[in-house]
Amino acid sequence: MPAKWNLLWLQSGGCGGCTLSMLNAESPDVLTSFEASGIHVLWHPSLSLETGQAVVDILRDIMEDKIRLDILCLEGSVIRGPNNTGKFHKLAGTDDPMMDWVEKLSAKAAYVVAVGTCAAYGGITSGGGNPSDACGLQYDGEKEGGLLGKSFQAKSGLRVVNIAGCPTHPGWVTETLAQIALGDFNEQSMDKLGRPKSYADQLVHHGCSRNEFYEFKASAEKPGDLGCMMENMGCVGTQAHADCNIRPWNGEGSCIRGGYACINCTAPKFEEPGHTFTQTPKIGGIPVGLPTDMPKAWFVALASLSKAATPERLKKNAVAEHVQVAPTIHLKGKS
Amino acid sequence: MSRRIIGPFNRVEGDLEVQLDIEDGKVNDAWVVSPMYRGFEQMLQGKNPMDAMSYVPRICGICSVAQSVAAAYAIADAQGVQMPKNGELATNLILANENMADHLTHFYMFFMPDFTREVYQLESWYDKVKTRFTAVKGTAAKDMLPARAQFMHMMGILAGKWPHTLSIQPGGTSRAITAVEKVRLLATLHQFRVFLEQTMFGDDLENILSLSSATQLESWLDNDKHSQSDFGLFLQIAISLDLENMGRASDRFMSFGVYPIENKPVFASGVWEHGEAYPLQEKSIKEDLSNSWMLNALEPKHPREGVTIPDPDMQDGYTWCKAPRLSGEVVEVGALARQVVAGHPLINDLVNQSGGNVQNRIVGRLLELAIVILEMESWIKDVRPAEPFYHLTSMPDEAEGVGLMEAARGSLGHWLNIKKGRILNYQIIAPTTWNFSPRDSHGKRGALEQALLGAPIREGEDTPVSVQHIVRSFDPCMVCTVH
Repeated sequence: MPAKWNLLWLQSGGCGGCTLSMLNAESPDVLTSFEASGIHVLWHPSLSLETGQAVVDILRDIMEDKIRLDILCLEGSVIRGPNNTGKFHKLAGTDDPMMDWVEKLSAKAAYVVAVGTCAAYGGITSGGGNPSDACGLQYDGEKEGGLLGKSFQAKSGLRVVNIAGCPTHPGWVTETLAQIALGDFNEQSMDKLGRPKSYADQLVHHGCSRNEFYEFKASAEKPGDLGCMMENMGCVGTQAHADCNIRPWNGEGSCIRGGYACINCTAPKFEEPGHTFTQTPKIGGIPVGLPTDMPKAWFVALASLSKAATPERLKKNAVAEHVQVAPTIHLKGKS
Repeated sequence: MSRRIIGPFNRVEGDLEVQLDIEDGKVNDAWVVSPMYRGFEQMLQGKNPMDAMSYVPRICGICSVAQSVAAAYAIADAQGVQMPKNGELATNLILANENMADHLTHFYMFFMPDFTREVYQLESWYDKVKTRFTAVKGTAAKDMLPARAQFMHMMGILAGKWPHTLSIQPGGTSRAITAVEKVRLLATLHQFRVFLEQTMFGDDLENILSLSSATQLESWLDNDKHSQSDFGLFLQIAISLDLENMGRASDRFMSFGVYPIENKPVFASGVWEHGEAYPLQEKSIKEDLSNSWMLNALEPKHPREGVTIPDPDMQDGYTWCKAPRLSGEVVEVGALARQVVAGHPLINDLVNQSGGNVQNRIVGRLLELAIVILEMESWIKDVRPAEPFYHLTSMPDEAEGVGLMEAARGSLGHWLNIKKGRILNYQIIAPTTWNFSPRDSHGKRGALEQALLGAPIREGEDTPVSVQHIVRSFDPCMVCTVH
């Protein structure tokens, strides 16, 4: 194992939000985290001094095996359009499509890491009619393949690591890279879709701050309401793979704590849910979609039972911006 | 004369290429190339208007909230809904949190590291700058990153997360603040204020924003505590490298106005030219596509009628960026423009003396940090937790809407047309689209293209350092530029 891990970070069809999110890493900050893991940044678009020719020189040196590439991170999707020319993103300063650079550099890397849902599966950039013909490194939506192909393995023998999320939580990125640098990250560390199990084996539902409203199907009806957002507001936290409500964002946040639906941004094709993001699709007034691993009949029975038993407190609080009815105080008795 | 192509241009958000003609040790001509196209305007066509709230923040990871706010205003305009005052305050706080974090990131991580380059090793300030601002290893980034991350805990309370929140809505915000969260926000903000006062300015914020002339700024620097602060260090560099005479563009500034309280913006909208501010005429905005890789109409169009059809084989095209013009003229946008239009005396004095340039753009940004942090304090105190944060309204089947606001980098506009309950057309003009636009059909260069003319080139430079200062002084966001 190398004493220092050379990391190259490239950006293509995305928004840069995974990098900006990574700058929110705390205890320690991202630079200290890299230092602790022995990660040496060869070049990163936001962090490094080198610009212009100096960058192209680094890339060429990697291609000519003058610099060892241990970890290649791509942030943003691979842009193939128009007509598979890649002209929608030519790497500045060169006349070559970014997809060609990424493909060639991937062949040199010990580990290839897709940072964010765009780089993993195509993500938001492949939404609508996918005007730029965007895809992921080893996936095109849910389909294996993408730029590098189903059978691609980096030099370490590992397929592409998909740190999916839109954006990624800073910890997902710094900790996955640290695990790689420790030699602790292998095939067993990833789920079926190539996501690190460390966060993808959790559901957003775990630790949801609205759990009591969920239990009693006391539902929010409009933005700002305190109730469960599954029935009306499009929340799919019971199906989304991530630890967002166990490990907070920006100190104490999460989408649900922010008063809006989980839109399952760690999943391929989240960008086209087939309905308006923030409205739950219904058939005959019954919401479509079940909590993960929940038998349908059991869920329907439980839901109707718990709806019948919803305490007044939850009914009122579910459709209000602030707590209207406080929990009853029980005293042990007169002393 | 020699043509030089510079890229990839980093420490800007997204990918950027600059092409230069160099003659007699100076930039003789310049072309700015935005090399990436994704097509958000195309993606949005046919969608439920509310889906814009999930899509548009993802145009940009650094101006994510700004995109959300512009979309929320455009949809609110179409719906005819007005946010309750709490919704306005919370939206302003979320936006200001992003904008001020962006100013901080730009100064510490994107702009200052260029002064650690070896070409400056003989300068008196070099050793100090190298210790403090060396990329990845400098002491400044390690001071700044935790301060920034803790400042953004305001997002954790107000917006769930950053970037890409859905708490900003046309009718207000989805996250009502409680009484105790008010004091938590105040404490978090205060902690950031302490960082700014101790590290960035070496002075109280009140003293910074009361500086009212270039002369006062000069004498402010005489104090040791001030000159040893990060802002003081920058001012010394600016004097020694004459950054005041580098990177001048059109000197016509525009702001859409921002941070409304009961519909009246804290920073006014308008246009500033030749020492005077004028009202903004939104109708006079047109986008010229004659040098873009876009199928173009015969004449420039207002964004309400704007069309986006990419074509990399357009003969005169050299960028994916369109060329927006105001009454046919090039304007510069950003913190400097915003503060000159808003009438801040120091900024007006600086601009009257030397126009828009590398030094003044940075001063404008840092001064704004001081002003906005104090505004944020008053907004938090004004929140009334018992009153509503959100007004519910239905979506019309047919309507038009416009959302104009100021992102960290300048004026951002969204133009929306709804037909049969779906998005018929959605057009966006981002701040860097104004600043980094290509030539128009009259051959008029965009703001950066103008600013680069005459930039000095040192012997043997392949990526001229002056060009880097000028480009980064705009704090460009390329992923917004071509969305």
